[in-house]
Amino acid sequence: MSVLTREPSPAAAPSDQVSAPRGRSLIARPGTWLVWAVVAFFFLNLLGLIATVVLDSFGKTWFGGWLPQGMTTGWYSEAWSEFDLAQVLTATAQIVLWVLAISLVLGVPAAYALARRDFPGKRIVMLLFVLPIVVPPMAYGIPMATLLYKFHLAGTLSGVIAANLVPSIPFVVFTMTPFIEQIDPKLEAAARMCGAPTRTVFTRILTPLLLPGMLAAGILVLVRTFGMFELTFLTSGPTSQTLIVALYYAVFSAGIRAQQSIDAMAVIYTGSMLVLLLIALRFVNPTQLVARSADRD
Amino acid sequence: MAAVTDLRPRPDAGAHFAELRLTGVGRSFGGVAALRPLDLTIRGGEFVALLGPSGCGKSTALNCLAGLLPLSSGSIELDGRRIDGLPPEKRGFGMVFQNYALFPHLTARANIAFGLKMRKVPKTELERRVSLALQMTRLTEHAHKHPGQLSGGQQQRVAIARAVVIEPPLVLMDEPLSNLDAALRLEMRTEIRRIHQELKLTTVYVTHDQEEALSLADRLVVLRDGKVSQIGTPAELYERPASAYVAGFMGYRNILRLPLGDLAAETPEQDPAPAVAAIRPEDLDIVGSTETAPADSLTLDGVVLVVEYHGREYLAQVEVADGRRLYVRTSQRPAPGERVTLAAPRSRVLLFPDESGAS
Amino acid sequence: MTAASQDAPAPVPGPSSQRPSQTDIAEQQYSTHVSLRHRLAERGIDRTLLLAVPGVVAIIALFCYPFLYGLQLSFQPKTGGVFGAYKAFFDDPYARGSIGKTFDLAIPASLINVGASVPISYRMRREFRGKRILLALLVVPITLGTVLTAEGLLEYLGPVGWFNKTLQLLHLTSGPVQLVNNYWGVLFSLVITGFPFAFLLTHAYLSGIHPSLEAAAATLGAGSWQRMRHITLPLLLPGLLTTFCLTFVLAFAVFPSAQLVGDPAGQTHVISIEAVHDALEEFNYPLGSAVAMIMTALMLAVIGIAMGLRSRLYKGSTGGKG
Repeated sequence: MSVLTREPSPAAAPSDQVSAPRGRSLIARPGTWLVWAVVAFFFLNLLGLIATVVLDSFGKTWFGGWLPQGMTTGWYSEAWSEFDLAQVLTATAQIVLWVLAISLVLGVPAAYALARRDFPGKRIVMLLFVLPIVVPPMAYGIPMATLLYKFHLAGTLSGVIAANLVPSIPFVVFTMTPFIEQIDPKLEAAARMCGAPTRTVFTRILTPLLLPGMLAAGILVLVRTFGMFELTFLTSGPTSQTLIVALYYAVFSAGIRAQQSIDAMAVIYTGSMLVLLLIALRFVNPTQLVARSADRD
Repeated sequence: MAAVTDLRPRPDAGAHFAELRLTGVGRSFGGVAALRPLDLTIRGGEFVALLGPSGCGKSTALNCLAGLLPLSSGSIELDGRRIDGLPPEKRGFGMVFQNYALFPHLTARANIAFGLKMRKVPKTELERRVSLALQMTRLTEHAHKHPGQLSGGQQQRVAIARAVVIEPPLVLMDEPLSNLDAALRLEMRTEIRRIHQELKLTTVYVTHDQEEALSLADRLVVLRDGKVSQIGTPAELYERPASAYVAGFMGYRNILRLPLGDLAAETPEQDPAPAVAAIRPEDLDIVGSTETAPADSLTLDGVVLVVEYHGREYLAQVEVADGRRLYVRTSQRPAPGERVTLAAPRSRVLLFPDESGAS
Repeated sequence: MTAASQDAPAPVPGPSSQRPSQTDIAEQQYSTHVSLRHRLAERGIDRTLLLAVPGVVAIIALFCYPFLYGLQLSFQPKTGGVFGAYKAFFDDPYARGSIGKTFDLAIPASLINVGASVPISYRMRREFRGKRILLALLVVPITLGTVLTAEGLLEYLGPVGWFNKTLQLLHLTSGPVQLVNNYWGVLFSLVITGFPFAFLLTHAYLSGIHPSLEAAAATLGAGSWQRMRHITLPLLLPGLLTTFCLTFVLAFAVFPSAQLVGDPAGQTHVISIEAVHDALEEFNYPLGSAVAMIMTALMLAVIGIAMGLRSRLYKGSTGGKG
């Protein structure tokens, strides 16, 4: 049901749509200039703050000029040893990968059940999955930290993993649901008509079709958990911090440690995150990286 | 020609004009010509249909008329005044969209009133005209409902009422019936014709359905790949299609390359050399075994493949000697596998020069 | 074989069992012969639901239980009776002042983020070259997160950072402006991480309004502003309120930026700092949980108001794209 003109859309450019009418397109109105100016200002500042950090991490000293005086990569090796980054990165990798694996294993089947069945109490279950995404981590993280302390799990890797599962499982569920809804249930019916038992339907029909969705959900969980601060902060100990939490603590040590090595650590974090982001954007569109609870109108 | 800044008719002005002239109207986008230069003059009160398959440029032409797409070339003049520089809100044309584009947050009444509201029509006058429009489209008891609560046919009528209540000089319709089921489509077709007769508003109607176009239009414009194939009255197009393509649209379902039967292949002296024959299924007859074909007929022998029951008659698909298939409408029932002889009066076999699309 | 209507409810039959006389059976007896399994299946309950069980159990164990435990704990302080923890919080002006400070940050930040996202996403509602790249760039600050943004802002907005230098270069100020370790640093941080989020949501809602609606309004004589006012904005408003809620929730829970680039003991002593201090530094878990509950309650109140407003608006389908 579209009013788009049925024209052959040229491959490269956006298709010639009758979208909302343009104004006098020849002269861009002042409103348009203002909008673009604001956007440019935003990105300029964003670039500025990232660049400051990057430059500082490579500078010998920076006493207040526009640029640092002299360049060096020494701060990186210093950061590596001072902040014990090898251990931090190992812990981060373990946490992130465990969270990824468990949330996929628990989330994908749950998404399937929710997408395919309408049952009494479904709304309650949906609410149950929405809450952990909408309620800010700080609100449930503190009671959780308390509990973990009670169970002697505070500060352990398992505790951090458990905490990070809370937003990740629902996230997988909500990311997978449209993928599953896209798969025509008649495909499964057709497979059964051809004689396939349930297990075969799952392994040979559903899983291959779901793989792109799982990939997308997995990458999104990876990116979010890597950058998730509050939960890990509340539940981690000295040996179970993720990089972002270690960075936070490092900034507090700015009096003792050199600002440049802190910035080096920040650059390592930023670099890793941007790599993950680039990989993610290959598979998902930018809007999906944002909480999908917005769809639950 | 002096450009005008505002074409919207004052509430008391008549909605008629003498002539809407499109000269060389074309639109290209991204290197692709969606619409090649089109020349067309529409007289006030006329119902013009733009007919063609998807991608032929008919919707493009309509959107250019509406002002929703800018022209790449050419001009549009209303009674001598150029209007192609005006944005849609200043042209004052009514438009019915294919998906109706009803404002979901407004009631049917508010939807219909919208155009009048934008034109700042005084309240009592507005209510009067809206009520009239509701009556005319038989929607009075649904006026308070939102589009989501209306059926497809009702939504359609709201869309039409909304476009005509402003008494625009021109009403544009973009395949308004294509989203309705078959029965409703026929019903609404009659409705549209009735409204046109009652209000006499000039209408440009886009469709891919030749039956619709033939039944509604005073004149038809057949388009193909952005170019005009033929412009004429329904009768003209029906009796004398200008090309094999147009013939295909007008129900000449059998489009076959020459040689066919005893019709010779192209002779180089004739220019343009005929290469394709078009025959209506209705013009073909099955000659009974005991009969002879009428004089001056083209005869072909073949085998019946498939027979469809169509109530008063049958549609048979017949395979002739060289493996090609023809459709035949007949009142006698042939049996699949039966050997038959087909005959068509030579005057009803139209010959056209070569064009892609023939089998 | 007539209906055995006096039978006990039929046992769950296998798929091969035949009931040739079912058509003879009277209406009220029919139900006893339809298996329980089929009846449940018709209501959507079957083995497939088992797939959801592990996930649901995990959420209950990891989210509901801690939350309820915290709620319960907040009513069990060492001193002061059932409401002791809450009383302690509200009696302490420094502690209860954190509520005001948090609102002072969260409301303006949310209004800026949502407010700016409307005209910007409106201008960008059509496709254009590089739009996808632009959207991808907007995702960067969200994924980089609050900690990195705060850390970067500490230097960038610092007294000798580029921002101040530029301001002085352009002669907009005579000396460096104090933008870090105070309210402004945190506000900046909230806008940098919050605006892209609000924008992407608003953009998604805007895209859900079919372009033909605006085209139709134009043909009916509505100019630019009128289209915005009568068509786009009313249809966008429910989505905007949702966006506001989500943006507000993120801003209200602000923590690392309030610590790093704000004034955590003073101007930006937000409620989450108070909660963390009580729970993880003072080890006063009942108090910490109480503050977390208060925080949740305040957020729910604001969301409640916004959603209440929203329910009075038209929320139905806006046409969708194609």
